[in-house]
Amino acid sequence: MAEIKSHIGTQNKKGQTYTDAWKMMHEAPRNPSFYTGSEVIKEALRRASCDVMIAYPITPQSEAAALIGELFAEGYIGDYFRGESEFAVMSQCAGAAFGGARVFTTTAGPGTMRAMENFPMWAGARLPIQMIVTCRGINSPLSIQPDTIEISYLLNTGMLVWHAETAQDFFDWILKGFIVSEEPEVHLPLALCCDGFFVTHTKDVVNLTPADMCLPPYDPYRSPVPCMDMECPPVRMMRDPFIMKSNYISYATHASWQQEIWAAVERSRKHTIKWINGLIDTENTDAEVVIVASGTAVSQGREAIRLLEDEGVRCGLVKVKSLRPWPGEEIREATKNAKHIFVPEFNVTGWLAKEIKSTIPNSERVHAGPHVCGGMTMPPEIIASEIKTALGLRSESLAGRGS
Amino acid sequence: MSKERIKISPDLYDIMPSDYQDLVQSATYGKEDRGWKDIGTSKELIEQHSLCAGCPESMAFRYILASLPNPEDTVMVGSTGCTSLVFPMVAVHNIHSLFGNQNAIASGLKRALSVRFPDRVKDVVVLAGDGATVDIGLDMTLQAWFRQEKFTTICFDNELYANTGGQESGLMQKGFVAKMAPVGKLFDKVRLPEIARESGCHYVVNCTVSKPSLVEKVIRNSVLIAREIGPTYIQLYTPCILEIGKNSMEGLQEMRDSEKPTERFAYKEYVSEPAKQLLAELAAKDKERKAAAKQLAGKA
Repeated sequence: MAEIKSHIGTQNKKGQTYTDAWKMMHEAPRNPSFYTGSEVIKEALRRASCDVMIAYPITPQSEAAALIGELFAEGYIGDYFRGESEFAVMSQCAGAAFGGARVFTTTAGPGTMRAMENFPMWAGARLPIQMIVTCRGINSPLSIQPDTIEISYLLNTGMLVWHAETAQDFFDWILKGFIVSEEPEVHLPLALCCDGFFVTHTKDVVNLTPADMCLPPYDPYRSPVPCMDMECPPVRMMRDPFIMKSNYISYATHASWQQEIWAAVERSRKHTIKWINGLIDTENTDAEVVIVASGTAVSQGREAIRLLEDEGVRCGLVKVKSLRPWPGEEIREATKNAKHIFVPEFNVTGWLAKEIKSTIPNSERVHAGPHVCGGMTMPPEIIASEIKTALGLRSESLAGRGS
Repeated sequence: MSKERIKISPDLYDIMPSDYQDLVQSATYGKEDRGWKDIGTSKELIEQHSLCAGCPESMAFRYILASLPNPEDTVMVGSTGCTSLVFPMVAVHNIHSLFGNQNAIASGLKRALSVRFPDRVKDVVVLAGDGATVDIGLDMTLQAWFRQEKFTTICFDNELYANTGGQESGLMQKGFVAKMAPVGKLFDKVRLPEIARESGCHYVVNCTVSKPSLVEKVIRNSVLIAREIGPTYIQLYTPCILEIGKNSMEGLQEMRDSEKPTERFAYKEYVSEPAKQLLAELAAKDKERKAAAKQLAGKA
């Protein structure tokens, strides 16, 4: 078996020092840099000791996927190629992860949907692949604009699902995401989502860790299931293939494995809390009105709160960072004083509001909305107006809303 | 050296299953000239199987596993179908993930193994049915060949979807009446061997598994060429005796009938120029090795 040793303090072929992840993320000096979200993905990957990245073009992740190709050309990534479709790419990612590699990919909208069959397989096979999802509309009609509906399809795959608000979240969470999802008691794939264009194509100041530090390499022999590299004994996995057996053992095995995947999601909770500093962030949750949101809807909510403050309405904010594991307890606690809970979302179905309603007592407090979709922006005025209307306050009519 | 990796701790020896003990004692991992003749005198890398009695796939599996040149460093990739009922019984690492994505899995796997073990040989062999290879997975089959991925693709061609109960497949013969082909299949058997050649495969063989020595040669060549040069494709007729109305004892005869010179499984082979050169080099080395062994035996 390949030798297992600590790489911390040694250098990789690019001269980067493998650094303890906690020190690198929390203690190393940060360098403020002005980058697009796509460039931030590249900079995170530069520091991620990634073995294999597989790319496919789809807006709005194409730029990031191509930039990581540049990293490969520079020697920072073990291997990189363009697959033939998202379905194939996600299977190629699976193959690389089965072979013991740290694997990264990016996708969006229709690509996420095309690849969907792979995601429960990733979770079921306990492959800690990291997939960036730069959310956009799902066709038809054709749209390349921001819309978060695809996240709702990922929630029951067994993957960890995080929703970044800013490019800074993105930079930190890509690196921290590898650490959490590779924990032996977790060992699950991570869908790290952001709102396409709003995060990928805008520039922001992001505090980067030093470029000469990188994460320790992935150790596939800490996996809870054998790595498929013939370095450990080729165990005969089953006496009879379960698929053909309609008997108690078959059902019981499948049932327990399904439960184990979700138990692993549950076990990721403490690691997620530790690494991204809680599953939610809160501000002023003693207020009677609270906005609960994820992604850039949080930013818009924050602006709406400022507008409302000017008019004497005090409003709290809950930023949901992790969707799987789901912060049920945290949201219950943060909304216990709230008489009105508003959930602004960039999608037509309001999946986040449904999740919250199923979590908290007195769920009639939840106002699902406002919703924008298909690439519309969400001006803070719309959120403020919706809140004021619900509270019975006078609200100026907004252009285009017809009232 | 390869046995080192599967050795059992003496303290645990008695609680290991007997088939594992047998593997440690007499499997042919690491044996340079391993082949089908080891069957019967050594532990095979396939334990029981749950295929139908007399299924030619089971013969094919046994010959292939006996012929892999490097099983101690080979990872196999399967797909959903009858083959996926056998893989859990196989003593090399193997991956089942989805239906039809086997060549995509193998692409990622081979690249990961190359990144992780740059100085060692790690062979990847895909083994899937004709539905997986030619219908649902055709895109990924071809794209892996276009990219010149260095692994072997073996297709068990039984000319239908056997595991789901005998539906029409792309490799089914024209006119054959089957489920989902109620008036007979309306188009020709897909010519994947020719497509494989045009798609960049360096070694393509179309044959049956009636002759173990032939299967041994073909599998060995296909793995060695894939390791050094690029993709290889082997299409093996493994008739589904159940779905074509044959008895358990009739599989072998069905294959013999189908490999006659005018039949669809008459032996066909394509070898690219670089592959020809490699095979010539390997043959010369083999000759040298045998001569040296003979000389050594003479001295003794």
